[in-house]
Amino acid sequence: MRIGFYICHCGTNIAGTIDAAAVRDFAAELPGVAVSRDYKYMCSDPGQEMIVQDIRDNKLDRLVVAACSPSLHEETFRKAAAKGGMNSFFFQMVNIREHNAWVHEDKAAATQKAKDQVRAAITRVRFHKALEKKSVPVNANVLVVGGGIAGIHAALTLANAGKTVTLVERDSTIGGHMALFDKTFPTLDCAACILTPKMSAVKNHPNITLWTYSEVSKVEGYVGNYKVTVKRKTRYIKEDLCVGCLDCIEACVFKEPKFRDDFNQGLSKRKPVYMSFPQATPKLVTIDPETCIQLKTGKCRKSCAEACDRKAIDFELKDEMKELEVGAIILATGFSAFDPKRHAYYGYGRYPNVYSALEVERLVNASGPTNGEVVLRDGKHPKAIGIIHCVGSRDEHTNKWCSRVCCMYSLKLAHLLKEHTGAEIYDFYIDMRTPGKTYEEFYDRLLQEGVHFIRGRVAEVNDWAMTPEEEGKLVIRVEDTLAGFVRRIPVDMVVLSQGLEARKDAGDVRRLFNIGCGTEGFFQERHPKLAPVSTFADGIFIAGACQGPKDIPDTVAQAGAAAAEALALVDAGHVELEPNTSHVVEEECCGCKSCVPLCPYSAISFDEAKKKASINEVLCKGCGVCAAACPSGSIRQNLFEDEELFGEIEGVLS
Amino acid sequence: MPEKPKVAFYWCASCGGCEEAVVDLAEDILGVVNAVDIVLWPVAMDFKKKDIEARPDKSITVSFINGAIRTTEQEEWVRLLRRKSQFVISFGACANSGGIPGLANQFTREQILKFSYEDSPSVSNEAKTRPQASCQDEGHALSLPTLHNVVRSLDQVIEVEYTLPGCPPTPKLIAGAVTALLSGKLPPKGTVLSPDIALCEECPRKDSKPADLALAEFKRPHSSPIDPEKCLLAQGFTCMGPATRSGCEALCVKGNMPCTGCFGPTSRVRDQGAKYVSSVVSNIVPKDEAGIDAVLAGIPDPIGTFYRYGMPKSILRRKVDLS
Amino acid sequence: MSEKRRFEPKIVAFFCNWCTYTAADLAGVSRIKYAPNARVIRVMCSGRVDPQFILDAFAKGADGVLLGGCHPGDCHYAEGNYKTLRRMRLLERMLKGMGIEDGRFRLEWISGAEGDKVKVVINDMVEKVRALGPLDLPGRAKGWDKELEALAHGVRKSEDKKEPTHA
Repeated sequence: MRIGFYICHCGTNIAGTIDAAAVRDFAAELPGVAVSRDYKYMCSDPGQEMIVQDIRDNKLDRLVVAACSPSLHEETFRKAAAKGGMNSFFFQMVNIREHNAWVHEDKAAATQKAKDQVRAAITRVRFHKALEKKSVPVNANVLVVGGGIAGIHAALTLANAGKTVTLVERDSTIGGHMALFDKTFPTLDCAACILTPKMSAVKNHPNITLWTYSEVSKVEGYVGNYKVTVKRKTRYIKEDLCVGCLDCIEACVFKEPKFRDDFNQGLSKRKPVYMSFPQATPKLVTIDPETCIQLKTGKCRKSCAEACDRKAIDFELKDEMKELEVGAIILATGFSAFDPKRHAYYGYGRYPNVYSALEVERLVNASGPTNGEVVLRDGKHPKAIGIIHCVGSRDEHTNKWCSRVCCMYSLKLAHLLKEHTGAEIYDFYIDMRTPGKTYEEFYDRLLQEGVHFIRGRVAEVNDWAMTPEEEGKLVIRVEDTLAGFVRRIPVDMVVLSQGLEARKDAGDVRRLFNIGCGTEGFFQERHPKLAPVSTFADGIFIAGACQGPKDIPDTVAQAGAAAAEALALVDAGHVELEPNTSHVVEEECCGCKSCVPLCPYSAISFDEAKKKASINEVLCKGCGVCAAACPSGSIRQNLFEDEELFGEIEGVLS
Repeated sequence: MPEKPKVAFYWCASCGGCEEAVVDLAEDILGVVNAVDIVLWPVAMDFKKKDIEARPDKSITVSFINGAIRTTEQEEWVRLLRRKSQFVISFGACANSGGIPGLANQFTREQILKFSYEDSPSVSNEAKTRPQASCQDEGHALSLPTLHNVVRSLDQVIEVEYTLPGCPPTPKLIAGAVTALLSGKLPPKGTVLSPDIALCEECPRKDSKPADLALAEFKRPHSSPIDPEKCLLAQGFTCMGPATRSGCEALCVKGNMPCTGCFGPTSRVRDQGAKYVSSVVSNIVPKDEAGIDAVLAGIPDPIGTFYRYGMPKSILRRKVDLS
Repeated sequence: MSEKRRFEPKIVAFFCNWCTYTAADLAGVSRIKYAPNARVIRVMCSGRVDPQFILDAFAKGADGVLLGGCHPGDCHYAEGNYKTLRRMRLLERMLKGMGIEDGRFRLEWISGAEGDKVKVVINDMVEKVRALGPLDLPGRAKGWDKELEALAHGVRKSEDKKEPTHA
């Protein structure tokens, strides 16, 4: 055996803590090591070229590189091995940066640890076997989950590239949060004007199948070959017959709308049969089974069905389960707005004139519940309005993160409210965060428009008047940190700029698609910088605010990136799978079936003719549970064979 | 006429069952006796140690040694036999992996002697007399072997060429080994002379094992009725067949008792008990700690159960905090 | 007077690729400092960890063994960590029975986002194992086998004298 060993300095990242030369000399003395070198940047071209040349010149048959995490450069060095003519899997990587140099300060201890790590890899690599990556065909279709601006943009990008896309949306319409907004910062162009054409384009695109009022219920398979089950909830409307004329809504036995209108944030009512908003896409009505008398009791005169001249209403319709086969999946499931009730001291839910920002978005919207007239719940028009930033953001007690969009949308709402009401606007902020193209300029504009900016975290909103001017008002108590004293500002209306958080069911969705979440609950990207839309599940990409708070421009940019990644995958036509799968050695297997139920992917089956277990290596995802469990040691996991792991144990300890 | 091969049988810490197994060759034993000269067989014939010591080195073709090594006398004998023999066959579970005597590795010599000579309920020994390694009696020096602190398999004391598994090895396997030796058709050194595949392979109940074990409880043979047809593991008995070498033709299972693992693991497994745990416990139903513990309470003595024959050859060898 | 050198426990840590190994990477990227005593062995899933590995690590000289996997319900392979949990519940009982103190083996669920937990767990484990002292099974096994050396010597002596010891 002729092992080549290389230790990377990574500039000073590694060599600043670990004595690279000492590790190099240590490795050189280990049995089987033919070449041992150190170099400033092993991942650079000259670094890789050194490996390639050594493999050729010194007839190396094993390669060990001590550098960073294998998640970063394992593939780089596998390729270098292959270029030198060695099987790529005769390579083992040692993580002495993330797991050592970056986390230890004692140089001697870090160097000793590096030596142990290196000895483990050198002991292990002797047992490596030549392996090949399996190439499997990729289904060219793509599933996009979530019909907000991210999902819409990703679906359109892929469809325009000629891919067949299915867009699944839980709600009865696509559009997401953006459809709620009146204007968008910083340009103040109307949200509907820029969103609805894209919604229509989705509906009309020949390559897009749009399934609204639907949810993904099961995901099976693997990169390039996912099998997805989608639950298509019934609207009790035959979708091919409904033209969205809304006659049924008019004819409903409820003469007046009686039930909470979710789209308008509860600021108005709707009937059991409804369409969220006039530009809803698809333009179909939906019957809410929770409030419809016929669906609840079966005893309604069904005036809606009678009114439909196309006979589109059918109360007997049932939910349907549909199966899809796709090569890639883009998750664009969005965010939830922070529930301001959790900040009890701001009075939301207690004082009618305390509003959430999303309510105000509807209130200032020309097509909202008041047609854009800012009229308070008590029927008055506000003369003074306070806007409070960071409600559920940058707060130890709720969410620690900055929600990124609140400063800008607060400025936007300040502008719109001033424009709509002429009221005095007080804007309470901790820090004004306006990083974005022309964002700071927008802030400047607001300063000139005469909005009062008060720097300080609001302590409380209450209606306890201490002066005659405060009578009948909401009083905002705040320490003005620029003026250096506590102020009481009486206002008629309070707007709470609620932060963004992960959806309540993000955990369930994450498990469904087998991806990760960070501690804050947003979906975890594969790498924060270099793979921001990829996940740890190959073939599953993320876009938009499901990955973290972001504004519309960033969301659209990310959706485009996710579409491009998906396209690169499905366009390649095939994908190479890691060879770390398990296999049963047939002549060693006694057919005890112990392994069969342990595989969550049903990759292990029992061959009744041979009375042996066998593993379908395409279904196998390479966890190695069966290899650990085989009571007679007759299952091997490639790259994690018993001998390799025992070798590593021996290596770190000897 | 060429000289017949010389064969020795010796027993160390064992129950005598392995000797019985040789006798169990029945008529075949006559063939063996005809074909070889037996130079040592303490259980059946009267030879003295000095007879063996007097033999030239390597003059015994093969020594079959059963029993674990736990006294100085046993150690002396096996070292002697090693020197005098061309081949040593480790015979039976005790020699191979410590066997039942190996369970003593959960205790120190002192704990064992104290229990056996003082604390055991059946002992009456008020003077607390213990055997002494040497003493004087009427001017004669007497000596007795002493007990080792640690029980060992044969191969932990001397080199062995082959291993015959079982408690005891079956006549079929013994006959196979003897035939191979006499014919000179020898497998590679180190071979265990039984198939390197687990017992389910030859278990008559194999087909009754469900694909999904989903064990919700463990039962013990002395306290639960046993279905004579169905896979014992599927019934909840800790049958060690899946983790145990075959070759016994499922004798215990045919007698309606679960396999207890006397043939030891396959060559791919270093620690039979740990590997069995890995397999069988993976297949229990609960996913929460309390539920898991409740099911595992059905295995009151996992060490005694899963290392019944193999503690000295297990990875830890012995209870580690003993002196 | 020279101060006695502090005992530095050797910890072998089996980390699953998707959660705990990633968490250790994150700790690195975040420059979170922790004790240098652990040596990480990467497996794809904590369910790949055969109890044999843990025993072998102890037998080869580990003073402690740490097994890190994804939180229950969060396994990258759906259910691998439940198999881990089941095995380790029994293995823990067996280790205790074999005289290996509580605290020398530890099973921890550390998600890919919990870089700080890697530090907390490793530091805590190092302190606790330090308090327990060295396990040093290779050294103990050598001690156990001294009785063999003694006898081998005795046998040689008796044979030299050509005097049978026990007939």
